[in-house]
Amino acid sequence: MYDGVIQDLIDELGSLPGVGPKSAQRIAFHLLDADPEDVRRFAAVLVQVKEKVHFCSICGNVTEDTECRICADARRDPTVLCVVEESKDILAIERTREFRGRYHVLGGAISPIAGIGPDQLRIRELLQRLGDGTVTEVIIATDPNLEGEATATYLLRMLAPLGVRVSKLASGLPVGGDLEYADEVTLGRAFEGRLSVGGAPAEPRP
Amino acid sequence: MHVTRLALHDFRSYDSVEIELDPGVSVFVGANGQGKTNLVESIDYVATLASHRVSSDAPLVRAGADSAVVRVEVQRGDRSALLEVELLPGKSNRARVNRSPLPRVRDVVGILRTVIFSPEDLALVKSDPSDRRAFLDALMVLQTPRLAGTRAEYDRILRQRNTLLKTAGRNRRAELSTLDIWDENLATAGGELMAARIRLLDALAPHLAEAYVNVAALAAADRRTATATYRPSFDLADAREPAELREAMLAQIERRRPDELERGVSLVGPHRDEVVLTLGDLPAKGYASHGESWSFALALRLASFALLREDGDDPVLVLDDVFAELDRGRRDQLAALVGDAEQVLVTAAVLEDVPGGLTGQVFHVEQGVVKRD
Repeated sequence: MYDGVIQDLIDELGSLPGVGPKSAQRIAFHLLDADPEDVRRFAAVLVQVKEKVHFCSICGNVTEDTECRICADARRDPTVLCVVEESKDILAIERTREFRGRYHVLGGAISPIAGIGPDQLRIRELLQRLGDGTVTEVIIATDPNLEGEATATYLLRMLAPLGVRVSKLASGLPVGGDLEYADEVTLGRAFEGRLSVGGAPAEPRP
Repeated sequence: MHVTRLALHDFRSYDSVEIELDPGVSVFVGANGQGKTNLVESIDYVATLASHRVSSDAPLVRAGADSAVVRVEVQRGDRSALLEVELLPGKSNRARVNRSPLPRVRDVVGILRTVIFSPEDLALVKSDPSDRRAFLDALMVLQTPRLAGTRAEYDRILRQRNTLLKTAGRNRRAELSTLDIWDENLATAGGELMAARIRLLDALAPHLAEAYVNVAALAAADRRTATATYRPSFDLADAREPAELREAMLAQIERRRPDELERGVSLVGPHRDEVVLTLGDLPAKGYASHGESWSFALALRLASFALLREDGDDPVLVLDDVFAELDRGRRDQLAALVGDAEQVLVTAAVLEDVPGGLTGQVFHVEQGVVKRD
C-alpha cells in the first residue's frame, strides 16, 4: 500500500477493464514520471470525454454533436439500416468499407442475468425510425452468441409485421483459416448457410 | 488405449511426481492420505475435465500454488499423444495436445477415455437424480465429445431463463415478451440432450443386464434383470428424435407456464429428468440391499466400459479404493471381469485387498513419493 493520492490513483486505474493491480501500479508510476504538461492534457481529455461525448439522437452511436458523423452524412444510403449491439461494432463494420447504409445501436443484447431486457435496449427508437417508410431493409448484426442470437430473434419478430426486408449476417468459416480447424458449431452453421455458386439449380423447376 | 507416463506438478498433495506405466494391471498401495487416489484422479481429470471427488477445481491445486499441471502420455495402437492440462482456479484452464494449445480446453475431453470405479459410486444407486444425470452426461460426452458443447449451451440458456422467470414473475408482463425466445432455445438444446441420453441408455441396456448378471449371479445367486430407463419430467409419448423432443418440450413448457412464473424456475427439461434403475420389478433405490446396490453400481460402470469398448479401443479402467468396499464374492467377480482390459489402475490401502486374480506392477505410495516395486 502506498500513501494518499498515489494509492488512490492505483485504485482508480485498477478499476478499469483489462487493468490488473500490477498494470495499475505501472501506469501510476509512469504518470508520476511523465511531463506535467502531458498529464494535464490527459486529465483534460478524461474530463472532456464525459462532458462532450454523448449518444447520437438518431442512431445511438457516440458523438460530440447531436447527430453522429454517419447520420449527418447525406451520401449514406437512408434505405438500409444495420442494427448492432455497441458503438464499437460500427467501427468494425466501417473498417470493411462494404456497408454504405446507416446504423442503429441497441446498447447491448438481451440477457436476463445482466438485467437487460428489450426495454433496456433502444428498440422503441428503432421502431420509430422505421415508422416513416424510408428504410426498406434492416440488417441485424448482433454478436453470434447466445444473447446476440436471442436479440436477433426478438428483433425479427418485432420487425416482421412492418413489411421491411430483414436479413442477418451470415455465420460461417473465417477467411484465411483451415476447414479442419473450424469447430463443429461454426462448421454446422456454414453448412446451413451455404451459398449456391453454380451448376444445376438445387430444385429444377418443372 | 493405455497411459504410458504421468507427470504432476502442484496437483493435490504432489509438488512434482513422474511415473511410467505399463499396459496390464498396476496397483498403487499405500496408507490413507498418502496420495494414491490423487494419481488416478489426475488421469481421470485429463479424460473428463472433472474430478470424481470434488465439483470445483480449486481443491485439485496444491495449497499455496497458483496452478497445477497434469501431463499424461497416452498410447493408442501404435500412436502416442501427450495431453497436458493446466488448472488455473479462478481463470480459464488451458490444454495442449502434443505441445500445441487447444483453442478450447474442453476439446481435450474424450481423447483419453477412462471408466472409474470408486466408493462414491454407491451414490449412483442410492442418491439423488442429479448423480445419475451426471453419470449419464459424463458417459455421453466421453462417447460423443461434441455434446459437451450442447451441454454447456443448455446450462447457459437455463441460467438466463431462470433469471428471467424470477424477475418476470415479480413484475409480470414487462420482460415476458422475450420468454418464448428462451423457451425455444432451451427446447432446441434440451431436445438434443434428451435424444442423446435416450440413445445412450438404449445402447447401454444390454451391457447393463449382462454386467449385473455377471456380478450378482455368481457373487450372490441373483439373476434378476437390471435396467436403467429414462424418465423425463413430462410425457414424451414416442418422441425420440431431437426435433420431436423439442416440440414435446415446447408444448409442456406452454402447459407449465403458470407454475414456472409462480415459482420462478424452469420446471421442464433434461435438468429435471431422472434415470430410473430397476432390479427385476422393483426400483433399485429404496428396495435394493447394500450388497445389491453395490452390484448395480459396479454393473453401471462395467456396462460403460463394455459400451466404450465397442468403439474398438479399451478405455483405461480405474478401480479407486473399491475392493475394500466389497464382499469377497463381488470382489473376485469384479477382478475376473476387468482382468482382460488393456490397462487397469488399482488403488488400495493394503495389497491384501486386491484379489489374487489381479496381479501386475505394484507401486508404493508414501508421503507423496511413488516407488516402483
